[in-house]
Amino acid sequence: MTDRPRVAFFDFTGCEGDQLQVVNLEERLFDLLEVVEVVSFREAMSEHSDDYEIAFIEGSVATAHDEKRLVRIRENADMVVALGSCAAFGGINAIRNDQDFETVKERVYGDDADMIEANSEARPIESVVEVDATIPGCPIDREEFVQVVTGLIRGVEPTLPNHPVCVECKLEENECAFHRDEICLGPVTRGGCGADCVGEGTHCWGCRGMVDTPSEDAYTAVLEAHGLDAEEIVEEYQLYWGWQRPQRATQGQAQ
Amino acid sequence: MSETIDIESEYVTRVEGHGNIVVNVADGDVETCEWNVVESPRFFESMLVDRDYTEAHHVTARICAICSISHTTASLKATEAALGIGLSAQDEHLRKLALYGETLQSHVLHLGYLALPDLVGKQSVLPLLDSHEEEVETVVRLHRLGNDLTEAIAGRSVHAQRHLPGGFSKLPEEDELDALRDRLESAWGDVEAVADLLLELSEELPEFERETEFISLTHPDEYAFYDGTLYSSDTGELDVSDYRDIVNEAVVEGSTAKFTAHNRDSYMVGALARFNNNAAQLGPMATAVADRFGLESVCHNPYLNNVAQLVEIAHLIEASITEIDALLAGGLDPQSEYHTPEVDVTAGSGIGAVEVPRGVLFHDYTYDEGGEITDANCVIPTNQNHANIQSDMEALVPTILDRSEDEIELTLEMLVRAYDPCISCSTHYLDVEFVGE
Repeated sequence: MTDRPRVAFFDFTGCEGDQLQVVNLEERLFDLLEVVEVVSFREAMSEHSDDYEIAFIEGSVATAHDEKRLVRIRENADMVVALGSCAAFGGINAIRNDQDFETVKERVYGDDADMIEANSEARPIESVVEVDATIPGCPIDREEFVQVVTGLIRGVEPTLPNHPVCVECKLEENECAFHRDEICLGPVTRGGCGADCVGEGTHCWGCRGMVDTPSEDAYTAVLEAHGLDAEEIVEEYQLYWGWQRPQRATQGQAQ
Repeated sequence: MSETIDIESEYVTRVEGHGNIVVNVADGDVETCEWNVVESPRFFESMLVDRDYTEAHHVTARICAICSISHTTASLKATEAALGIGLSAQDEHLRKLALYGETLQSHVLHLGYLALPDLVGKQSVLPLLDSHEEEVETVVRLHRLGNDLTEAIAGRSVHAQRHLPGGFSKLPEEDELDALRDRLESAWGDVEAVADLLLELSEELPEFERETEFISLTHPDEYAFYDGTLYSSDTGELDVSDYRDIVNEAVVEGSTAKFTAHNRDSYMVGALARFNNNAAQLGPMATAVADRFGLESVCHNPYLNNVAQLVEIAHLIEASITEIDALLAGGLDPQSEYHTPEVDVTAGSGIGAVEVPRGVLFHDYTYDEGGEITDANCVIPTNQNHANIQSDMEALVPTILDRSEDEIELTLEMLVRAYDPCISCSTHYLDVEFVGE
């Protein structure tokens, strides 16, 4: 990696909220530009170069065109970073993976459904190319982004926490959502957010993805106390895991 | 004069989402002149089916980050209308403040980061860090003010955390609102500074006029954002409940976005449409900004949507101060921690119509008796502008054929950017293609 790595941002199928979080660094974004050189960021600049070292990819893969474009980016980049939950594991786009695709198209485009070209599933970028680092979250946390970028520049191997959100919720001394008769995905969701949504008065929606192995890594005590288990909560209540959930089932069968 | 022109601008930059402009001129005749939306389809209206009434606003926020609070607000209004859920006056003030903060943020982002570089002949805001350092600092300060305002109400500026059907899970602190009020008051200098710069550069905005229809919400008591009835500059007041007949969505070949038309082949929504329909209700500062630019209703130059956004930036600051004053007048009514408004679930249908940064947004849901969505329709402002952009291009291109291909391409890209299209919204788009021979 060069002293001032050349970085590029690319958006696939998504809301562009993770790139917006980068812009929302406000003045600190300009500090970041002291240590990296942004050579492509279509949302914010007309300049473009295919000569970059780090590619940040936002959004999931939803079309054949997305796949081809992603492969080209992988060829150009030394390092590919999945930016946000859609790129990391499919995210909210993958809700439709559980629906019949012909029905999905018909509901949105009616008689013109045949004109629409898209894959039947929304997928994470790792289903197409090798991914070197992941910054999950919907949206990403600005601090986590800065930490990962500065780590990558210094050659630090990026790691993701594998403890459930419940651990952070206890540290924050939040009242447990289950005690308030709400269903919360905190016991099976990857931590790292400081249990922010619970702190803001609601519950965990699972936006950072599942812990590696829900059956082993979940915070089961709270689930058992409320007559639930990890399987049930993953199957019945997920919003973000339309891609992750069947993957987990497949892996389970392979074992 | 260019006899043969091939413009094929794939993925127009500095817009939210993906779109292409295709222009092909042979022997002085315009053969192709198209605005294509090429965003990957998102299928949100299908993804909403079978979702619970507590989830719809969370899912739809993800249609578009830059107007996520807007989608959340329209979604909650649709759900509340469908299920008969009321909202306290305090919660309505808070909803408005969050919406104003996001619209302020979005307008500043568009004007300062995306449109301004065109006016100073740059490719992005980055070179302006050297040439216009102070102005960029001003833009960043205003942008952060919008974000901080939203964050104080919603918990987060991208994808709200506290918004719920019937209220909020958590309230801001009164001293937070006080501090924001002070910052809003002292933001006038920054608005003036941006107005000075834009005024200096305003001759770079092309002089182009094409008569069209303007559609927005209108409200008897205020410049409409959060609520109101529909208004057309051609036909007058319209019922929100007739929105499907008003927008007439149609799928167009080459675009994944749907196009719309009401009284003419196309209509315009957004800051300029709101200004044209409701200018008399602007606050005094906003009116003063409009006067500096000579912007008067009815204005038919789409490039001046940029100026209308600046006028609205001033108005949003004034309106936010008004909302904070209303909230603090009697002190905030406290609510329990982890507040969950009580809801009696019944089957029903409801429409939420909200003015958001890029124009009027509709969410329309039908719920079954279990509180799950059986049918959803979302009509996005950017989609309502596609047909108008197309009509503008058709009128504009023949008048600028004497310019170089680069100049034509820039003029067309600036046109598209003036609409501030947010193509991430269920569909993206923006690419100028000059078709190769």
